[in-house]
Amino acid sequence: MSTGTVTVTPEVSAPPRHHGGIRRRDAAAGWLFTAPVLVILGLFLAVPVVMALWVSVSDWSGRGSPFSSGVGFVGGANYQALVAGGLTTSDFGIALKNNLWYVLLVVPIQTALSLLLALLVNRQTIKGRGFFRTAFYFPSVTSSVAITVLWLFLFSTTGAINKLIAFFGAKGPNWFNEPAAVFHFGATSGPDWMMKGSALGMSWWDWLGGPSVAMCALMSMAIFTTSGTFMLIYLAALQNLSPEVFEAAEVDGASSWKAFWYVTLPQLRATTFTVVTLGMIGCWQVFDQIYTATQGGPAKTTLTPAYLSYSASFGQQKWGVGAAIAFVLFAIIIVFTLVPRWLLRERTPRAARARKAVA
Amino acid sequence: MRTTKWFAAMTAASLVLTLTACGSGFSSGNSSASQTPGKPLTVLIGSSGDAETTAVKDAVAAWSAKSGVQATVRTASNLNQELAQGFASKTPPDVFYLGADSIAGYAANGSLLAYGDTLANKADFYDSLVANFTVGGKFYCAPKDFSTLQLVINTDLWTKAGLTDADVPTTWDQLSSVSKKLTSGTTTGLVMSGEYARFGVFMTQAGGNLMNDTSTQATANTDANVKALQYVKDNLVAGDFKTAADVGAGWGGEAFGKQLGAMTIEGNWITGALKSDFPNVKYKVVELPAGPAGKGTLQFTNCWGIATDSQNTEGAKNLVAALTATDQQIAFSKAFGVMPSIKSAADAWKTANPALVPFINGAAYAKGVPTAAGSAAVVTDLNQKLAQLKGQDPATILAATQTNLQALVK
Repeated sequence: MSTGTVTVTPEVSAPPRHHGGIRRRDAAAGWLFTAPVLVILGLFLAVPVVMALWVSVSDWSGRGSPFSSGVGFVGGANYQALVAGGLTTSDFGIALKNNLWYVLLVVPIQTALSLLLALLVNRQTIKGRGFFRTAFYFPSVTSSVAITVLWLFLFSTTGAINKLIAFFGAKGPNWFNEPAAVFHFGATSGPDWMMKGSALGMSWWDWLGGPSVAMCALMSMAIFTTSGTFMLIYLAALQNLSPEVFEAAEVDGASSWKAFWYVTLPQLRATTFTVVTLGMIGCWQVFDQIYTATQGGPAKTTLTPAYLSYSASFGQQKWGVGAAIAFVLFAIIIVFTLVPRWLLRERTPRAARARKAVA
Repeated sequence: MRTTKWFAAMTAASLVLTLTACGSGFSSGNSSASQTPGKPLTVLIGSSGDAETTAVKDAVAAWSAKSGVQATVRTASNLNQELAQGFASKTPPDVFYLGADSIAGYAANGSLLAYGDTLANKADFYDSLVANFTVGGKFYCAPKDFSTLQLVINTDLWTKAGLTDADVPTTWDQLSSVSKKLTSGTTTGLVMSGEYARFGVFMTQAGGNLMNDTSTQATANTDANVKALQYVKDNLVAGDFKTAADVGAGWGGEAFGKQLGAMTIEGNWITGALKSDFPNVKYKVVELPAGPAGKGTLQFTNCWGIATDSQNTEGAKNLVAALTATDQQIAFSKAFGVMPSIKSAADAWKTANPALVPFINGAAYAKGVPTAAGSAAVVTDLNQKLAQLKGQDPATILAATQTNLQALVK
């Protein structure tokens, strides 16, 4: 899974501004020294983004430069195609639904799992801590394509997972070829109101069906590969906590569960925010596993917006629609990173008291 | 504050301008590339393996030696992506493999040179293949080779079920009845992939197809197509047909090799797969049964595309003419088993592959898959429903496909 880089800038008050000749020379030197970075950022970030933004509102067909004279401005037509009905809309709806379930299930599980792993390998008493730390982190170091290929073997019809299931007397599914939605529990149609109502060309029954069996196999892989990275982040945070607080809690007679719930976890708030945010971004950008393993199949149940953007552009020469999907995806990611920010915001005691009084 | 912002904005603007000036293609329009006779050619192929790569490289090298024009062959790991990158940067490969389903998109944006009508051996190509590569009345590119679908039968299971050569099905009813007889234990009579590229043969046998031959009209919801899917559905419900996914196989050939299916519907590529993975399975290939409207099958094909932006289109055309010549196509078919796209090579192919003659006989009545721009996405969408055909209503499925296809040709 590719995770974006997040730069956390501490809030600092603006330095006092100075005017005058000497300061002006400083400013020139400052620009000179930052120029290489500005050029690199401009070349690899600003220009491509501007180009993509233009492509998303143009009728560029993939031949020659998007800025050449023959390319016309079409306004929001490409964005409209995503909601106007027809095949593009239903594909976009399916991709959104698949990825939404992917995010909803992967992010909490990988966050909880990585915290658990971090707590385990942080304990002083455990033997071979170094080994376990390396072992849990190992999947994160391995290339996602290599792990995907491994997963294809593990989850094949006659693979190790199904052998294990067969050992317990059950019959495993044909994982990567099984499009059935897990929350449908084998039913093929639902109550009338769920079948009739629809959004983005898909019935509520399909929206609420959850991920397909194939997507579940991919989700387990995402959890497997990313929890090691996030374990490392949690581990660093845990080792930063001051032991005095725990001693105080112990003196106060807190049980180890209470100490975790009321002392450790609140102190990890900032780390949890980082982990959840990075997890969300990574989950919404899921592409390489899909590209390697399923190409959106079976029955489009592993189609994601990122993969749809790719296939619309490179497969169907619909570059405008592809770019529009990318920008909608960007907006979704922004919105989804605001949610944990709001949930995990620092609550001042006064605000908490005020809420209590109201309640 | 204001001056700083101004400075930042100016820097950004000048940066963009500098970069724009650097890009060579930014100001040029859609004019065709300047021609340089004798300029070296690049050939981009999506190869099936070493045998194909070597054969193409040898053929191109031979042409280079004769014509004096340098030409290099490159294999693409992802042909569509590399082509798209080439077209966008205006430095595409001169000659390349192109699937019938992507031709309309590239024809529409002007990337593809329509040279088919200038080919000396144009009349020698199968008409149905020429129709596949004709967009807007223009024959764009020379068909490279093609394949058709026919019925593949496991002869051991056939004899075990008490069937003889006289029982080879020639009608839909006979196909159903032999499937029933061949179904026992873990073996199903007929196992094929649950998709348009297999079920579609029944549509053509009923006289239909998703679009007309030139892909200018959507014909998905015709009675013929409904009848065909209903026939397949009835047999799926009866359990005499199954999809490859139903029996836990990746495709029909795998199910056939593992004897999960006694028959399958596949193309001539199945012979290579069976030879390498299931060498002990004995089989024979027969023509598919005729439906209510007679014989029918689907064909799949690629062509030799030439880029409009090539700087040596004359050289590229000469190269393609050499690569599609009768002798060269026979050489290719010997090297990696493909069927020649020209009628004059058919007899030589039949002599060399007597067991596979039904495949090339299919050329007489085969229909192509839709080639209208965007049709690949519609077919993918249809396949999603066909995979579950057992529990679905054929007319509803086809009506949705009709709507999607109509949106492409309006």
